[in-house]
Amino acid sequence: MSDLTLNGIRVIDTFAEAFDVAGTAIVVTNDTAKWAMIAATTMTGFATSVIGCGAEAGIDAVLSPDETPDGRPGVRILLFGFEPNGLKDQLVKRVGQCILTCPGTACYAGVDGPNKIKLGGAIRYFGDGFAVAKRMPDATGRERRYWRIPVMDGEFLCEDSVRAVEGAVGGGNLLFLGRTHAETLRVAEVAVEAAAAVPGAILPFPGGIVRSGSKVGGRTKGMMASTNDAYCPTLKGRAGSALPPECGVVLEIVIDALTSQGVSDSMRAGLHAATEIGGRHGLIAVTAGNYGGNLGRHHYHLRDLIARDGGAEA
Amino acid sequence: MSTLTLRQAPPERLDFLTINPLALSRLSKAEAERLPVGTSRRGVSLGECFSVALDGSDTLTIEGGLERLDRVGAALSEGEIRVAGDVGQRLGEGMAGGTITVTGHAGPYAGAGATGGVITIEGDAGDHAGGAVYAARAGLDGATLIVRGAAGAHCGDRMRRGTLVVGRAGVYAGARMIAGTLAALEVGDDAGYGMRRGTLLVGRHGRLSPTFVETGAHDLVYLRLLARHLRVLSAEHAALLERPLRRYSGDLATIAKGEIWVAA
Repeated sequence: MSDLTLNGIRVIDTFAEAFDVAGTAIVVTNDTAKWAMIAATTMTGFATSVIGCGAEAGIDAVLSPDETPDGRPGVRILLFGFEPNGLKDQLVKRVGQCILTCPGTACYAGVDGPNKIKLGGAIRYFGDGFAVAKRMPDATGRERRYWRIPVMDGEFLCEDSVRAVEGAVGGGNLLFLGRTHAETLRVAEVAVEAAAAVPGAILPFPGGIVRSGSKVGGRTKGMMASTNDAYCPTLKGRAGSALPPECGVVLEIVIDALTSQGVSDSMRAGLHAATEIGGRHGLIAVTAGNYGGNLGRHHYHLRDLIARDGGAEA
Repeated sequence: MSTLTLRQAPPERLDFLTINPLALSRLSKAEAERLPVGTSRRGVSLGECFSVALDGSDTLTIEGGLERLDRVGAALSEGEIRVAGDVGQRLGEGMAGGTITVTGHAGPYAGAGATGGVITIEGDAGDHAGGAVYAARAGLDGATLIVRGAAGAHCGDRMRRGTLVVGRAGVYAGARMIAGTLAALEVGDDAGYGMRRGTLLVGRHGRLSPTFVETGAHDLVYLRLLARHLRVLSAEHAALLERPLRRYSGDLATIAKGEIWVAA
């Protein structure tokens, strides 16, 4: 396998393997940007991996008052699950526990799509029969239905249903092989910033970065996933290690997006941003994680991402 | 734009249920002139009272409307009807889509049972504007009805869905309301009498039923959405929401999920 170079940094000629997932977006608003962000941060907590958390979620964008349905500051949240039912379950739980409970917050659908998920229509039962529904056209003239649920600070206003999109993809990734922890973390941070700036894409891990990349299965019976030993620097030199001797740390970024193009664009942005500063921060190489290509339908070849424009998934 | 121009005052009340842009677009001028619009055994046809000019478009203008034209735009599903003048009762009754504009006044039961579309009355409307006709389950049922002038008594009676914007409304505005939104600069006595759900937004009001209880002033997100919606329909009504508002909850004689917002 011949290797590639971008901005003087070695890029392994491999691909990231990603999966079809169910995805949706919601917009939460509040009287202040601070409280909109508190609500969004709470809701997207403990949502790094579908396997362990039931959902992957993150903040897609901070919205100004003229970008939200009610003219208040807002945040757009993306939520992904394995399949539509799991997504619905997580969405209702997270909105019910984190958005309904947050002072002043309202919740709206954030994306259009073919599959309806009942949200306000499920949470309204918290209103114990006192909730009322109102239909009203939005700024585009499209009729929308909202539930007004009495709560102790007034009302929780929540859109009756949100939409799940077709074609959402989870698991786009890049691995950064560096020399020191601090410098590699800096490279990964810059990559996260660039990758997260792509609309409709989130990086669900802490700060967008995961240090415990995994492989499928493990030596212990029953483990669904275990440490990616090929990329653990303390296991260098053993058979199966993928790390060169000078590598002291590997950090990974993982990307979920509402579209495959979003994953591709986000990976491209991350790859270019990382390699641009990588030379000054001891970056040795960039690679991507896959399972041999047999598990995920979406393959993002780093070779295709080296060009600034073009090349989506293979 | 197809046009019907009044030639002479009709000898009886006319029923315009079948006169709409879609129906006329399929007819020749001669066929259209033969359409029966009378309401007695005399058998008045459209051509007897109106000169007919058709071009197959989805816009119909009625020049010289008068209060004897009943059910103008009733059951309209698409297209536009514009009436220069007045209309009789049941304007846009049961309409599902499209737009109706009346430059003059309308008789009673405008918009009764209308499920979609927009009706605008530049002048006044009679009693039961957006209200239910006798034995009907619901009044306005999803459409938007705008009365720039005054409406009579029982405006929005048993309305179920949609938005009703009216300048001044008489007594029993929003009475027996099932749901929906009614905004008025002024309403008479007993607004919202017997309402189950729904929202009344009023500038001034007459006597309120004692079965409404004041809940105070609230800064609700819903009001922001309502303001955005009303701004498109009437800046004057949207301005009510910029004033301090008191909220009354009721009618406690029913399920009491309705509300009256009163602008100070």
